[in-house]
Amino acid sequence: MKFGPGKFRGNMPRLLAKLDPADPLPARAAIRIRDLRKRFGQLTAIDGVSVEIAHGEFFMIVGPSGCGKTTLLRILAGLDSVTSGTIEIETPNSQRPMNSMIFQGDSIFPWMTVWDNAAYGLKMRRISRPVIKDVVGHYLARTGLTRFAKYYPHQLSGGMRQRVSIARAFANDPEILLMDEPFSALDAQNKLLLQEELLRIWEEHKKTVVFITHSVDEAVFLGDRIMVMTAQPGRVKTFVPVPLPRPRDIMELQKSPQYGELIAHIWSSLREEVQRARAQ
Amino acid sequence: MSAQTISSGPPAAARISARTRDRLLNVISPLGLLIVWELAAHFGFIDTRFFPAPSSVIATMIEMLRTGELVAHTAISLQRLAYGTVLGGIPALVLGIAMGLNRPIRALFDPLIAATYPVPKSAILPLALLIFGLGEGSKIFMVAIGVFFPVVINTTTGVLEINKIYLDVGRNYKANRWNTFWTIALPGALPVIMTGFKLGIGIGLVLIAVAEMVGAKSGLGYLIWSAWSTFAVEQMYVGLFVIAIIGFLLTLGLNELERVVIPWKAE
Repeated sequence: MKFGPGKFRGNMPRLLAKLDPADPLPARAAIRIRDLRKRFGQLTAIDGVSVEIAHGEFFMIVGPSGCGKTTLLRILAGLDSVTSGTIEIETPNSQRPMNSMIFQGDSIFPWMTVWDNAAYGLKMRRISRPVIKDVVGHYLARTGLTRFAKYYPHQLSGGMRQRVSIARAFANDPEILLMDEPFSALDAQNKLLLQEELLRIWEEHKKTVVFITHSVDEAVFLGDRIMVMTAQPGRVKTFVPVPLPRPRDIMELQKSPQYGELIAHIWSSLREEVQRARAQ
Repeated sequence: MSAQTISSGPPAAARISARTRDRLLNVISPLGLLIVWELAAHFGFIDTRFFPAPSSVIATMIEMLRTGELVAHTAISLQRLAYGTVLGGIPALVLGIAMGLNRPIRALFDPLIAATYPVPKSAILPLALLIFGLGEGSKIFMVAIGVFFPVVINTTTGVLEINKIYLDVGRNYKANRWNTFWTIALPGALPVIMTGFKLGIGIGLVLIAVAEMVGAKSGLGYLIWSAWSTFAVEQMYVGLFVIAIIGFLLTLGLNELERVVIPWKAE
């Protein structure tokens, strides 16, 4: 066995691979959900959802409030149990964590610096210090937080805190990224900036993403495919593919008639559900 | 034409920060009381057999400092307070966090704490003397009991009040039990835990004085008690003064400690 920098060979290439944008064979996951049901007592939150999500797909879920979309994501994250049905997640690389979640609202630890927050997943996995340094350094740079590494969350704006949350999830290098309305608390300008940033970081490795939103614009701008859910109990209403080319630019998109048609189409199918949810 | 100006407040030189003003007022009130007391004693408004003038108390204090008597009594009381705080505080911290994180443990210990907490701690002193004898054990035990309850109760509350999202993050990022304790439960509850320690050490100070009056041959409590039995009123006041000063300095020190260990707390 060679020592020196080579002694980390067991772990390093896998994690460092993501630092190399030309990674030829990124390991990806696919998700198969069959007839998923979730009940909380008398209330049926999810009623028979079946969906297959492809390797590297940016998958969007939209639906009215209370349609069970957050519950679905929490089930995928292993934070909630299922009542019936199956979920299969293919894991080509067993060393990677299955998923990392970007939560709605503030979820970074107020008692840790930006750096320690971003390094949290890697520390929990006992990754070696030099690797953590490389990976966290990379993602803080990608999210524009390098200068703020030693800051505590209360010293940052809401947009910056959500960037830390994004850096934390990406640095953990999971098979699947789960995002629960990560930008819903931000103002319009910050939201747009972060959406663009997210796409840029995602393009590096094109990991499988499951992203929940209530914003139709956001769904079309970010996603490869959109699942529209019905009002409670949550069922699949329809799937809408988004055939817009990548990399996407919001200014360009807004000019294209296809973008407008997609939004109109999704909104019309969502509108009935929102009205139904309101009536409930 | 008239223009309205928006006042920009007093000029910078005349402005003192709210904090500096607070500190000034903090010093003025005890100082003012001492001056009034001194004058009242001097002009015979109060009976100096019971309320000796602060100047004579200070003279006695200097004399007792010179003989080393005061330092010895203060040191032994502080030592008991420190041991008691550690011996009561650490188990309370561990139990409090366990109770906060784990429902069965909480269900198990909640009734015990609820039942024993209201018992006046000074009422346990005879029992402590019975079990631990007249040695150091009984004094340290009394402080430990005083510190234990506020810390365990505050720690449990502190952990229960941690936003659930942080525990979800811990689960999602595969934090094990140990890491959940160290990286989420403890720091998340720390502000409330610190308040528990402040309360507990205050109670500990009360109890150490009481315990030393009955079953000790040293310490500030003993000093006060023996001064009473020999009618050395000035000495008694010296003991009371020193306890008051210790309480004051401990509060300052703990506030400072809080700033150091909780750097994420917004001003």
